[in-house]
Amino acid sequence: MLTYTLRRLFFAIPTLLVISFLIFALLDLSPGDPTSNLPLTIPPEVREQIRQSFGLGEPFMVRYLKWLHQFSINEPLNVLEQMTGWTIGDGGRMRVISWQTRSPVVDLIAERLPQTLWVVGLSYLLGILIAVPIGVLSAWKQYSWFDQFGTFFAMVGYSVPTFFTGLVFIMIFSVHLGWLPMIYDTNLKVTDLASFWLQVKQMAMPVMVLALYNAGQISRFMRASMLDNLNQDYVRTARAKGMGESKVLLVHVLRNSLIPVVTVIAIGVPQIFGGAIITEQIFRVNGLGQLLISGIQGTDIPLVQTLTFIFAILIVLFNLIADLLYGILDPRIRYD
Amino acid sequence: MTEITGAAAPERTLWSDVWYQFRHHRGAVAGVIILGIIVLAILIGPWLHGVDPQHIDIRARNAQPSLAHPMGTDNIGRDIFAQVLQGGRVSLSVGVTAMLLSLLLGTLVGVLAGFFRRLDGVLMRLTDLFLALPLLPLLLVIIMLFRDTLRGLFGPETGIFLLIVFIIGITSWMQTARIVRGDVLTLKEQEFVLAARSIGTPSHRIILRHVLPNILSPIMVSATLGVANAIITESALSFLGLGFPSDFPTWGRLLFDGANFMMLNPARVIWPGLAISLTVLSINFIGDGLRDALDPRIRGR
Repeated sequence: MLTYTLRRLFFAIPTLLVISFLIFALLDLSPGDPTSNLPLTIPPEVREQIRQSFGLGEPFMVRYLKWLHQFSINEPLNVLEQMTGWTIGDGGRMRVISWQTRSPVVDLIAERLPQTLWVVGLSYLLGILIAVPIGVLSAWKQYSWFDQFGTFFAMVGYSVPTFFTGLVFIMIFSVHLGWLPMIYDTNLKVTDLASFWLQVKQMAMPVMVLALYNAGQISRFMRASMLDNLNQDYVRTARAKGMGESKVLLVHVLRNSLIPVVTVIAIGVPQIFGGAIITEQIFRVNGLGQLLISGIQGTDIPLVQTLTFIFAILIVLFNLIADLLYGILDPRIRYD
Repeated sequence: MTEITGAAAPERTLWSDVWYQFRHHRGAVAGVIILGIIVLAILIGPWLHGVDPQHIDIRARNAQPSLAHPMGTDNIGRDIFAQVLQGGRVSLSVGVTAMLLSLLLGTLVGVLAGFFRRLDGVLMRLTDLFLALPLLPLLLVIIMLFRDTLRGLFGPETGIFLLIVFIIGITSWMQTARIVRGDVLTLKEQEFVLAARSIGTPSHRIILRHVLPNILSPIMVSATLGVANAIITESALSFLGLGFPSDFPTWGRLLFDGANFMMLNPARVIWPGLAISLTVLSINFIGDGLRDALDPRIRGR
């Protein structure tokens, strides 16, 4: 298992290198310029100096390698320093600087990360909690009215785009009923019960929108996986022994059926971050997705390069995690 | 589809069986009916309704639904119904064209990888690489980069259409390629392919005559789901303000423009949103029914 993990990690490195190169090269083509937002009165030679200070005068390969170095060595060291309080090196490390805000990109990401993690994480959790019971019951009572309803719910869940559900939710819960706030207030500090309740209220809609979408996909997998297992011999044996139906279903079948579902859930995590881009835009949650959109609109190349590459790392990482989970959970699969 | 009604007909063919199974999938039949109504409305609707979607009637701003404007009007007095119909034409044609491109690429990569062992490793690495790309951010970036160039080359409307179709097509072929490759790998080992090869049939003819007809069913399922995916992706891009422009709207763009007037005029959000949702939902149901009907293990149950 360990050798397999190490081998997979080792093979992930070239993939990530190719992806980082693709992302960097693609964005480098764009006409973005760090001085485009500055006042027109600045003389051209000063502009040129500003551009040089961002390292733009150097050839493409040098810039790519510097960015890669900053991203993969300097920034992790900075994060480590902040977390442990140690001092590593002389502190003179180059950092990836955003063109819009002139501050390090990683600091911007660290600012925005908690909001995204909360919304995305909670919605995923909620989605799983909705999806698993629906999937189990749908499979148990196959072709019953509940199954028909569950199938329809799942289809609607992943067919109706999040930007439409989001807008409909706003219309119902904010405009008509006035229960929930329309815009997410990031400055809200949770200090007492009242502010906690406000936080719950403002998170309710973005979380529900994403949770419905996730539940739709996961419940389909759950149902299919349960159906695969319900036809197996061990289920008949368990029933023949006189074991109670709830025990057969919830102990034997559910545990076995969860194996593929868990891996699907792991693979889906990076996708959720992508889905959050749209949801954050609707509810004005200032998370990573909104940071990315504002970076794209403001042609903030280093910011977009770094964020996109982080998304790519997440995809590769969670694919690896899914494969490893499969090996851990299913004793029939051994990677050695 | 054939005209023969499966059970009653004396002669049973593959497609009559498939059709028989498909008819008994309630969701799929409902999907066909709803999608049929939407497509029909989009095709003949503008002809019947007869209102120019770009006609500005500033005196009838934000009008309530009436006989002249069945869905009301927007903030500068354009008829919403006509806009939804026109938007649907663009959305559906983007969906179908992007699906065709992705299907072509996916089938090509899948067949080549499955049939020629030498290409397998390279092509599958490429597929894995594409699967590891964060697609939505990259799509947004590519649109930002090439929008103005393509608009200059092909005009504002054709330029953005080609760009969106192309980028959706080249970023959604991977699933098809994987499925096709798997099927080609099993087919390649079967006797009839061996027989064809033994009489000296060249590879391209084996692929066209023997392999492709046998992988038609996964390709058809991929095609339906591909249309749904392409429509969703296009609307998402337009919804983020990076797809089609306002004067050449799609359903996603109408939703994006309408979102700012949501409180004043909810119809601007409801109708385009409903159109996207119903279209995608019915296509997904058709895909589901098709998959069941084409699966020989389920058929006949």
